[in-house]
Amino acid sequence: MSETARVSLTLNGEPRTVEIGAGRTLLDTLRWELDLTGTKECCAAGECGACTVYLDGEAVNSCLVLAAEADGREVTTIEGLGSGGRLSRLQEAFLETGAIQCGFCIPGMVVAADALLRETPRPTLDEVLQGLSGNLCRCGGYTRICAAVLRAAGAADVTG
Amino acid sequence: MIGTSARRVGGVERVTGRQRFTGDVRLAGMLHVKLVTLDCARARIAAVDTGAASGVPGVRAILTAADLPRPIPRYGPTYRDRPVLAVGETKFHGEPVAAVVAETEEAAEEAAGLVRVACEELPAVLTVASALDPSAPLVQDPELRPDDLLGRTNIRREWHFGWGDVAAAGADCVVDEVYTFPMVTHFAIEPHAFIAAPDRDGLIIWSSIQHPYLLQAAIAEVVGLPLSKVRVFAPDPGGAFGGKQHAKFEPLLAFLALRTGRPVRLALTLEETFQAVRRSAFEIRVRSGFRSDGTIAFHDTECNALMGAYADIAPRVIAKSGYLICGPYRVPDARIVVRALLSHTTPATAFRGFGTPQVAWAIESQMDEAARRLGVDRLEIRLKNLARRGDEVVPGDRPADGDWAEAVSRAAAAIGWGSPLALGRGRGIAVAIKASATTGASYAIVRLHHDGSVTVMAGTSDMGQGARTVLAQVAGQELGVPLERIAIVMGDTGSVPFDLQTSASRSTVFMGTAVLNACREVRRQLAEIARELFGLAEGEVVVEPGIVRAPGLELRYEELLAQAWGPVRGELIGTGVRRGEHVPAHPLGGPPAFYEFNCTAVELEVDRETGEMLVLRHVSVADVGRALNPAHVEVQDEGAAVMGLGHTLMEHLLLDEHGRIRNLGALDYRIPTTKDLPLELRSLLVENGDGPGPYGAKGAGEGGLLAVAPAVASAVAEATGAVIRDLPLTPERVWQAVEALGRGGRPDPPAA
Ligand code: FES
Ligand code: FES
Repeated sequence: MSETARVSLTLNGEPRTVEIGAGRTLLDTLRWELDLTGTKECCAAGECGACTVYLDGEAVNSCLVLAAEADGREVTTIEGLGSGGRLSRLQEAFLETGAIQCGFCIPGMVVAADALLRETPRPTLDEVLQGLSGNLCRCGGYTRICAAVLRAAGAADVTG
Repeated sequence: MIGTSARRVGGVERVTGRQRFTGDVRLAGMLHVKLVTLDCARARIAAVDTGAASGVPGVRAILTAADLPRPIPRYGPTYRDRPVLAVGETKFHGEPVAAVVAETEEAAEEAAGLVRVACEELPAVLTVASALDPSAPLVQDPELRPDDLLGRTNIRREWHFGWGDVAAAGADCVVDEVYTFPMVTHFAIEPHAFIAAPDRDGLIIWSSIQHPYLLQAAIAEVVGLPLSKVRVFAPDPGGAFGGKQHAKFEPLLAFLALRTGRPVRLALTLEETFQAVRRSAFEIRVRSGFRSDGTIAFHDTECNALMGAYADIAPRVIAKSGYLICGPYRVPDARIVVRALLSHTTPATAFRGFGTPQVAWAIESQMDEAARRLGVDRLEIRLKNLARRGDEVVPGDRPADGDWAEAVSRAAAAIGWGSPLALGRGRGIAVAIKASATTGASYAIVRLHHDGSVTVMAGTSDMGQGARTVLAQVAGQELGVPLERIAIVMGDTGSVPFDLQTSASRSTVFMGTAVLNACREVRRQLAEIARELFGLAEGEVVVEPGIVRAPGLELRYEELLAQAWGPVRGELIGTGVRRGEHVPAHPLGGPPAFYEFNCTAVELEVDRETGEMLVLRHVSVADVGRALNPAHVEVQDEGAAVMGLGHTLMEHLLLDEHGRIRNLGALDYRIPTTKDLPLELRSLLVENGDGPGPYGAKGAGEGGLLAVAPAVASAVAEATGAVIRDLPLTPERVWQAVEALGRGGRPDPPAA
């Protein structure tokens, strides 16, 4: 069997250490070793964005990141957004605009949109379309997702 | 509550990552399954050597066809034609020859790679032409269809529909063309996932399935258990679109669970999902006659639909689409020949629109061709022929049940039909109807708890269409309960009553009515309790949503129950049913409960140098009877529109000569992203309260995709003069068509 590695990371603000197979992706590690199944897997090839998480404040496709690369770094997943059990403004906006259908793309979409708003707090529609172009949704027409992002942006502090 | 855009029930779970999909289920002692497949579509299996594979640490079982009962168990919703594992030969690329079960996914994958299959590749049937070639190899063993006159062909079934006499019908203009619609795949963002676990003397199955009760029946039959011993948990699917209607690998998992005595899990990769489900490809020849004013005289059609190696539900799709190929028009004479063809490809199944996008592509393009030849406006020719309420579309069947012309006029107005166009731009408009569910049964239980809160138990699957929300809204409306005090229990055949299926946009109409009836039953029981408690006569008690009234009396439900029951307490249980019975004499087993009508209009710009298209405006008008939740109906319709743009502009599965899908996975198979959207996308609803569902609702959610391709092609033709009859309208194909026009020829036929 393949060798194992010990990975210590800060996950949603908490220190965590796992022993995993050396080739294991961050996505698999989150879903299988750390019991955080909010982050989803679809293409496993960096093409759909369902697995988007923050790695040191940057949105990445966790299916393309080895867990070992996260050693000593900070990972925030969908479960780590919002605060004190309250939804973030962005999450609220997703609910308000009716952007959610089956919801499978939504965790990745929310993280990607959150990152977009951190980078560009007052994005134009074009910037939103561009910023979310790596996140596939098959249920809707994307328009309400974009509307949610713009709505959250209009509502001041998006990190809520 | 009805008619308001209530927030999605389950929305908070979805936006926080707490929603548990099948792939998120973790069971103690769960083993992992990997399928062993071959590198081509069709091969004779000489021997399977599992020696090296079984040596991989953690491997618990390797199942081949030899380990299964003989004759091999077969399953399928139309015919029992699909073996649990390939026997003798594989019939499509991705069909499993063996399955490895191991403690970890890694071990299963490693071992699957070590299973040695001695095999010989055989010639495969991959196209309509080869499926119709009498000298082609037979995809299915004729012994599986002994009484079938077509048993020694690759025609699995052939239908002849129609009315009047096409041969005798005269016409001023005859249009005779061939249209193709390629294979496309569902690409739900959630790949299929399955778990099977032994449960005392039975089995439990978890599956992201649309039809849990049909899966339950399929499993019960294949392993020989009564329905009561097979429990299906169906977590809300992460998108389905028809691809998750029927059993895929659950029967295999059932055998693996029985063999190992432990829970077994198989999560398909996206690539494996591409090999598991797709839409039927169609080649449609239509000869249409028109009067000089544009009135349709006849349609003479021949549809050859390429399904896969096993029938799944494709014959139903193909029959239903052919039956209604003439669309929402008055057509005096029609001849309709439809064939469901077997091929060595992924089994085709239901896919949003259920065959209608394919036939609408052909018929609507014919309408345009006739309009061009006769010098009639494309909107005009549609309005002239469109069935008005009460007109028959198929003689003897359900007549037109909506104000379809109103929908067309709204679409035309919204797109600015007839106003001047900028250079390089074109507009298109197209219509389609889809026959909804014909038969079916939905049962619901509504429990009024003694605190006045409500639990609704319904066997519908909420795969994103919003069934939980709509059913909660119906119960909330009927019982006067806010949505926060209503729980919707779904997805468990062990506790929730029977529902035939979640498909054909039927749930609002069928299950919605069942829930409504169950709520009214609860209200009858409340009236009876009030009469008994207060000694009142029939007619003296009125039960309104949330309130029981009688002369001098006004009580909330929970107050009445508290007075009636005291500390012993209890609950009221209402059951509701909505059935559509099977009609043996009807060609489809019954008339549709309603038609889903859509009109789509687009304006786009074509770059003649590159063939690139930009959709400037896209309008979809759906006749929904009544939108119980307008925001949810609109977002479904928008999603359908964009999915329609996918198969119109970019999607097609390409096969190589071995029958392998060349563009397997998200890298090479493109679906629309935020960069592919129309600049403006609008969904408009016609609401005349004329549907058979609660409060006049019809089904919705498929309409938006039915007429996209012909509307876009029509606009491309107006913008460039190039008429294209093969999908998708890739920039390359558009560019070639425009070039060919310059050379004075017709566009080249598509490569096979
Ligand atoms: S699963 Fe990581 S990008 Fe698709
Ligand atoms: S909501 Fe279903 S994939 Fe986006």
